[in-house]
Amino acid sequence: MTGIINYGAGNIFSLTAALDRLGIPYGMVNTQDELIAYDRIIIPGVGHAGAAMRKLQASGLAASIGQLTKPVLGICVGMQLLTAYSEEGNSSLLNIVPLKTLHFENRISEKVPHIGWNQVFHENGFALFANIKKDAYFYFVHSYFIEYNATFTAAFTDYGLKFSASLQDRNFYGVQFHPEKSGEAGEQLLLNFSNLY
Amino acid sequence: MLAKRIIPCLDVKDGRTVKGVNFVDLRDAGDPVELAWQYSRQGADELVFLDITATHERRKTTVDLVKSVARQVNIPFTIGGGINELADADILLHAGADKISINSAAVRNPDLINQLAEAFGIQFVVVAVDTRHVDGKNYVHLNGGRLKTDLETEAWIKDAESRGAGEILLTSMDHDGTKNGFDCTLLKKINDHLSIPLIASGGAGNEQHFIDVFQQSNVDAALAASVFHYGEILIPRLKGELRQHGIEIRQ
Repeated sequence: MTGIINYGAGNIFSLTAALDRLGIPYGMVNTQDELIAYDRIIIPGVGHAGAAMRKLQASGLAASIGQLTKPVLGICVGMQLLTAYSEEGNSSLLNIVPLKTLHFENRISEKVPHIGWNQVFHENGFALFANIKKDAYFYFVHSYFIEYNATFTAAFTDYGLKFSASLQDRNFYGVQFHPEKSGEAGEQLLLNFSNLY
Repeated sequence: MLAKRIIPCLDVKDGRTVKGVNFVDLRDAGDPVELAWQYSRQGADELVFLDITATHERRKTTVDLVKSVARQVNIPFTIGGGINELADADILLHAGADKISINSAAVRNPDLINQLAEAFGIQFVVVAVDTRHVDGKNYVHLNGGRLKTDLETEAWIKDAESRGAGEILLTSMDHDGTKNGFDCTLLKKINDHLSIPLIASGGAGNEQHFIDVFQQSNVDAALAASVFHYGEILIPRLKGELRQHGIEIRQ
């Protein structure tokens, strides 16, 4: 069963609705002790990375997430939390993946936020993208991005620059887009995550 | 590449769609949720619901609508109508809305934009602007274009952007309902000076109008209502046309 980290970071109704549609069972993780009840974990997140990190620390979950050996999927700000640092509010984050989250502004000439459907290019062999086209469109809405990295980037997207649309480091996965809002491709990705291991 | 978005807009009153819809395979043309699902299946990139319910039950019917849509539809949607304060927006966010759209409430109280952006992030805040050409200038109008304000459209949009609007939905009231095409000249002028996404609205009558608005004004998205609802434009065909004209579209 999938546990959803419930730390008050924005709306999770759309995510649980998508899991309901797909028949993926889930429960809420409010405390450290509840992590053990689930075989995989989703970290949702909307809004401000620094504020999300403070909420995660206040819930006592921040210290435990990095110790997990089961599959963990961060979505949007939930993925950014996995990195070491965000320019959003100059925030130190979980530092599970040694990358930085940066602001689009002043780095690209395109509009910010990056809102809409953009192509996600993944390499072969990433289980999270099984049965998903190599240039499939996913729905993005964000102003901060995780830098591209040859080791940890599982899929990239171009928006004025090449950034990490998806990360993988050991059992830790992340997607910058919203699979729960990305039509059939997004639903396939959620199914893939629920079938990992 | 970031795809241009095609957005059907649904007017909803008391939980039912207002404008007629004549999809052949629709069981209940008045059910906004079924209609939304159909549009998502046809390839709509996003949906906008404008709730024009006026009764004191409005908040509850809007929340019920948003929840039903979020449960069944796998693309993003915006809800507008009757959002006057943070509490209205908060309820809709937690009911599953991806964005809220504010129009006259923002004109009456521009600080609402700042408050919403700070509380929920700018990506949640769409500022809808109805504009009309009067004596050589463009002015913001309220009440569906009937009430002129003293705000000049371009200045108001820049103000909304600086206050934390995440997107602008611009409807040309001169073009709305004419089916003669979008106001590409105005849209281009606004878009060239905007660093947040611009959604074009008002005037769509055929497929060429969508090609024109993307090619001539480079807006991020185009919205229409009746041409989609009456089946005059079918989204799969429209997207095929756009792609043939070299416009980036989600397949």
